[in-house]
Amino acid sequence: MKLPDIDLYLIAPEIIITVFGFLVLLVDVFAPKGEKKGYLGVLSLLGVAIAFFYTLPLVGTGKTGFVEMFAADGFAIFFKITILIIAFLTLLISIGYAPREGIGFGEYYALILFATFGMMLMAAGTHLIIIFLGLETMSISIYVLAGMLRGDQKSVESAFKYFLLGAFATGFLLYGIAFLYGATGSLYLKNIASYIGSKNLLNHPMLLMSLAFLTIGFGFKIASVPFHMWTPDVYEGAPTSVTAFMATGVKAAGFSALLRVFFTALPAFQPDWTSIMWLIAVATMTFGNIIAISQNNIKRMLAYSSIAHAGYILVAFVAGNKLGTSGILFYLMAYAFMNLGAFTCVILLGKKGEENTLITDYAGLGFKYPLLAASMTVFLLSMAGIPPLGGFMAKFYVFSAAVEAKFYWLAVLGMINSAISVYYYLRVTVLMYFREPEREITGLSFSPAPTLALILALIGTFYLGIFPSNVLSFAQKSIAGLM
Amino acid sequence: MLIDYLPILFYVAIAIFFACFAILASHLLGQRKPTRLKEAPYECGMNTYGSSFRRVPIKYYIIAMLFLLFDIEVVFLYPWAVIFKELKMFGFISMAIFLAILIIAYIYIWKKGALEWE
Repeated sequence: MKLPDIDLYLIAPEIIITVFGFLVLLVDVFAPKGEKKGYLGVLSLLGVAIAFFYTLPLVGTGKTGFVEMFAADGFAIFFKITILIIAFLTLLISIGYAPREGIGFGEYYALILFATFGMMLMAAGTHLIIIFLGLETMSISIYVLAGMLRGDQKSVESAFKYFLLGAFATGFLLYGIAFLYGATGSLYLKNIASYIGSKNLLNHPMLLMSLAFLTIGFGFKIASVPFHMWTPDVYEGAPTSVTAFMATGVKAAGFSALLRVFFTALPAFQPDWTSIMWLIAVATMTFGNIIAISQNNIKRMLAYSSIAHAGYILVAFVAGNKLGTSGILFYLMAYAFMNLGAFTCVILLGKKGEENTLITDYAGLGFKYPLLAASMTVFLLSMAGIPPLGGFMAKFYVFSAAVEAKFYWLAVLGMINSAISVYYYLRVTVLMYFREPEREITGLSFSPAPTLALILALIGTFYLGIFPSNVLSFAQKSIAGLM
Repeated sequence: MLIDYLPILFYVAIAIFFACFAILASHLLGQRKPTRLKEAPYECGMNTYGSSFRRVPIKYYIIAMLFLLFDIEVVFLYPWAVIFKELKMFGFISMAIFLAILIIAYIYIWKKGALEWE
């Protein structure tokens, strides 16, 4: 019997994340009851940091391992770096947020680590079962995390909704994978592509069905219209730190799997999915932006804005060229910083039992908490796409990719949407600086960890806006093996 | 191209048409003689007594769930045991890691008190 070669260095980051996840669980159950468990968050942070330093040496090696099921190519590494940054910032936020809201369970941190593991696996899998396993590990952890505020009805509702709809969508994805296997006899993405190419299966009904099912399954995870219905309710009800994690991490992981499956396994069907994704991209942008205008809760507004951002990223996906794909990688990195930063501001404005998530709560904030208001303004302007911030460069790459691929209308519609979105982002800014506060918000405590997360997010947003070429050229090198 | 999906569209259209047609036809053609019994929400079975939303002890579910989890573990052990010699050290270490992870889970549920009945 021939046994597979095992190269544990390839999965070192994943192993470290898993080990620290278990460590957090064990420390939690052996710790004396009733004490505050801030050190669990610090332990998880340590795990993510170590995993990060084990990811960096893998840059540029481009190896695959475990019978080609697992790739440590540039694409996977770029996404892993993004995901680890997201996990790091989320944990920093959580150290301040979780004890305040009474989430004293060590499971909270362990689940964030397990979800991170799942996301990394999704980015690295070149075999459909690995991608599916990663997706499930991530999703199940996130279902539980969404319901972490056990006493809060909205949180429980959001967890339940997300679980039911998410399980349903996963079913579609699995159905798609099954059809793909049925038509080509392989679950390796490369083998699927070569089989389709050699047998000329372009009109195979099973493959077309699987294309549709995969679009639904991934479309749900990245919250694209018309599979977005869960987003506002879940984002509003879930603990804010988890919402930030979902909006950035799940989206990044979903896009990584979508890109890899479609570009590696199904490039022959590009004409088919371009026409479908064109519609989805336009619908996602327009719907997200227009509904976001009428929201009066900041978490719901950011939820609809995250739908809109999925639409912008899909514009680059439709373009399907190199600039577009590296633009997606850049976009997700920039989006991680600005969105996590915005959610950190939302968290810092709240206190125990008083979340202050109405948009009118932001009135007059510029006078009382000038630094908090200024950072919130930076993140919102970045999401609106104002230079010199990361969001502007991200949008610039995405839309110029659409122009380069001659999707002029798509680029025009994207820019119109971007202009619409400025309205609701600026509305919050205007409230903060030009209105009298409607009611007093006092007694905010700026604990060190979320403040550090805020500073890091600010640095990231500015860095990607002012020196985008470093990250973009890294992204361009990263996608070399993919396309 | 999109035109290839046309048969699916036909199929969906026929399915929708047939479902609507069947309901509509029975609605138009069928006779109705409603009685009180027929209009009851549940036509058959016994009448319920008491509230159906009673509290059920969750202990059973936890025990059943944990049993399932560790039962599956044993299922994995059988094929491993059959080819244990061929797998040599590789199989042994892989399985040791697998079992170690499950033991961590076991310690966790034990310390959490999921195995206590009272």
